[in-house]
Amino acid sequence: MKLLTGNDLKTGFVTWWTGTDWSLHIEDAADVGEAGEAILAVEEAARRVNAPYIIAGEATAEGPRPAHIKDRIRALGPTVRPDLTLKPADPAAGDWVI
Amino acid sequence: MVEHLQADGEEPCVTLDAFLEQSNATAVRLEPDEDARALIPHLGRLALIEVAFPKFRDGRGYSSARILREAGYTGELRAQGDVLVDQIAYMKRCGFDSFAPEKSLNPADVEAALTRWPEHYQTAADGAVPIWKLRHG
Amino acid sequence: MYKYDEYDHAMVAARVAEFSDQVKRRLAGEITEDQFKPLRLMNGLYLQLHAYMLRVAVPYGTLDSRQMRMLAHIARKYDRDYGHFTTRQNIQYNWIKLEDAPAILEDLASVEMHAIQTSGNCIRNISSDQWAGAAADEITDPRPWAELLRQWSSFHPEFSYLPRKFKIAVIAADEDRAAMRLHDIGIQIVEKDGQHGAAFYVGGGMGRTPMIAPLIKDFVPLEDMLSYAEACLRVYNRYGRRDNIYKARIKILIHELGADEYRRQVEEEFGHVKSLGIDPPKAEFDRIAAQFAPPPLDASALDTIDRSDPDFAVWVDQNVAAHKVPGHAIVNISLKPVGGIPGDASSAQIDLMADLAERYSHDELRVTHAQNIVLPHVRKADLYAIWQALDGAGLATPNLDLISDIIACPGLDYCSLANARSIPVAQKIATRFSDLGRQKELGELKLKISGCINACGHHHAGHVGILGVDRKGTENYQLLLGGSGAEDVSLGTITGPGFDEDGIVDAIERVTDKYLAERTDGERFVDTYRRVGMAPFKEAIYG
Repeated sequence: MKLLTGNDLKTGFVTWWTGTDWSLHIEDAADVGEAGEAILAVEEAARRVNAPYIIAGEATAEGPRPAHIKDRIRALGPTVRPDLTLKPADPAAGDWVI
Repeated sequence: MVEHLQADGEEPCVTLDAFLEQSNATAVRLEPDEDARALIPHLGRLALIEVAFPKFRDGRGYSSARILREAGYTGELRAQGDVLVDQIAYMKRCGFDSFAPEKSLNPADVEAALTRWPEHYQTAADGAVPIWKLRHG
Repeated sequence: MYKYDEYDHAMVAARVAEFSDQVKRRLAGEITEDQFKPLRLMNGLYLQLHAYMLRVAVPYGTLDSRQMRMLAHIARKYDRDYGHFTTRQNIQYNWIKLEDAPAILEDLASVEMHAIQTSGNCIRNISSDQWAGAAADEITDPRPWAELLRQWSSFHPEFSYLPRKFKIAVIAADEDRAAMRLHDIGIQIVEKDGQHGAAFYVGGGMGRTPMIAPLIKDFVPLEDMLSYAEACLRVYNRYGRRDNIYKARIKILIHELGADEYRRQVEEEFGHVKSLGIDPPKAEFDRIAAQFAPPPLDASALDTIDRSDPDFAVWVDQNVAAHKVPGHAIVNISLKPVGGIPGDASSAQIDLMADLAERYSHDELRVTHAQNIVLPHVRKADLYAIWQALDGAGLATPNLDLISDIIACPGLDYCSLANARSIPVAQKIATRFSDLGRQKELGELKLKISGCINACGHHHAGHVGILGVDRKGTENYQLLLGGSGAEDVSLGTITGPGFDEDGIVDAIERVTDKYLAERTDGERFVDTYRRVGMAPFKEAIYG
């Protein structure tokens, strides 16, 4: 599957394209198939995302996961500061990242 | 005097190679990789030197401009190409006195950019008195 | 310390206004990200993995307590309660919002700080010796020279769109504590005929193609220094490669031209530039130098230390260095607790260090290129109180220059350029060698980790260096031996095939075991390596 990601222009936070909007949570990400470039052009021009790009992902029982380690870390947060990730209360939240 | 638009009806610029071969041209265009010092023997007959900025990130034209002003060139020195409002204050300090941006600039932004800096730390080619000289009279 | 006058204040205020305007235009869509990127970078604002990152300049690594407290305030108010001190003596924040950046720059300006030219293809923050003004071996304080260069390079109209970034370091002692010869320009202040002048080493650097800077000019008098620097930069701006980002640093130009031809071109340019009136008068240098006058230290202060507390004595032996004035000392605060993140400090820790500086160190702190903090002017009689306060805040790890005093870049946990994580590797190594007796037995061992080829973690200059690479989507770590960023400067050599995260820790242990077996009396790790060469270590690592 193909996923779209970028950073929010104002906050810089990592965001994922849900099919209709941008979400902070990788679980909300949608497979864009071959439509990625067209969506990015529209969304970047509208300044709803900054520096977006298309990545390969895979569907899992827990939801979509980026294929590459860099985007897996982006999806969660720094592996060395679990308290600063999106799921600070869940000690197993990072198990799938590395 | 800073001009922001290219005047109508002026003599077109020739390339550096063409200029060095023909003795009657008075306007020349300098590409980033061309040596501004090749023009120094001919500055007296030049009315316009256009320095090309094909990409705003390529800063060689800043050195070209200073070299020409330092050699005593007093004619028009124009920055042409990917010239953005956020670069023109530095360009002016390097000696440019006209700008021919590919994409037109908002005049209010130009005015703000050119009046932004109260003083300057360094000596450059715009005649501004550097801060160290202001400090010590 | 240098204090801004009305001109300095006005320049920084203009920059804040300029960047505020640029941010406004970016948020309004008037400029594209491609156009905005070099502007935000010249104000220290990156887009990293998780958010924007702001790098704040600490000129030549010197701070007062008010500035240090502002760094804590920014961490608390705009970030996530911590900051990361860098190998360029700066601090960076990892969770900055673009819309907050103008307000942060305003806060910084209120304490004479900024983020000007902490990134971008321009002249970066000038770095220096973290013991400047305190070390017994310096011939003069290098910081007035660095401040002169700072002002000259700030908003330099000709050199803001260079082929690539440009880093300058200034030292004034034979012992090089600033990796001077691994800079684009390294300046050592030297003495000749009773006068101080600048020796220019040009074309050093780490990154993908590490080079040690050759000496280009052995003595540039003070009154010519800025003209000479201008000539060095102009040759680079005109002829540095712009066709390939990986070959655009000045080291490549000088390597391709040869040092002699580069010197010839610089001398020719200098002959011309010198006539332009670029160099300020001696009075300007004197005005700056007066602000770096040594603090009033009492040379008759008690010159002994009560070592009755053994934990304190261990810390004194490792982290406290000799000061030029009797009765005083230089305190090195390690930001490398075992298992911690090298260079990180919480806002509470930053505040505490500010308090200690104000109370005990004539209001001065330094940031080191090894990502530690220094209190440069401390009475020996106050060391115990300082140590107690540091210990209570987790800041008294007695490991300066030991194997756990690791330089590490942020790596793939934070950095969008990284290929592998650096911090977890540093944590595992520090944990493996956590026994202090074992660390001291190994002695001075500078271990440096970069998470990619750009070498922010100075891996080429580590006695032991680690380079993280991406091997088919998994993290892999190459091991280098024999580098140094000090006066015995050298570049490390790769041992052979790389390792996974646990494998690299094991490999380092085999290296240190081999060192202990091979060393002769008084030899540091790097000395033994230089004597016996790579072969025995390779044998120990790979069998």
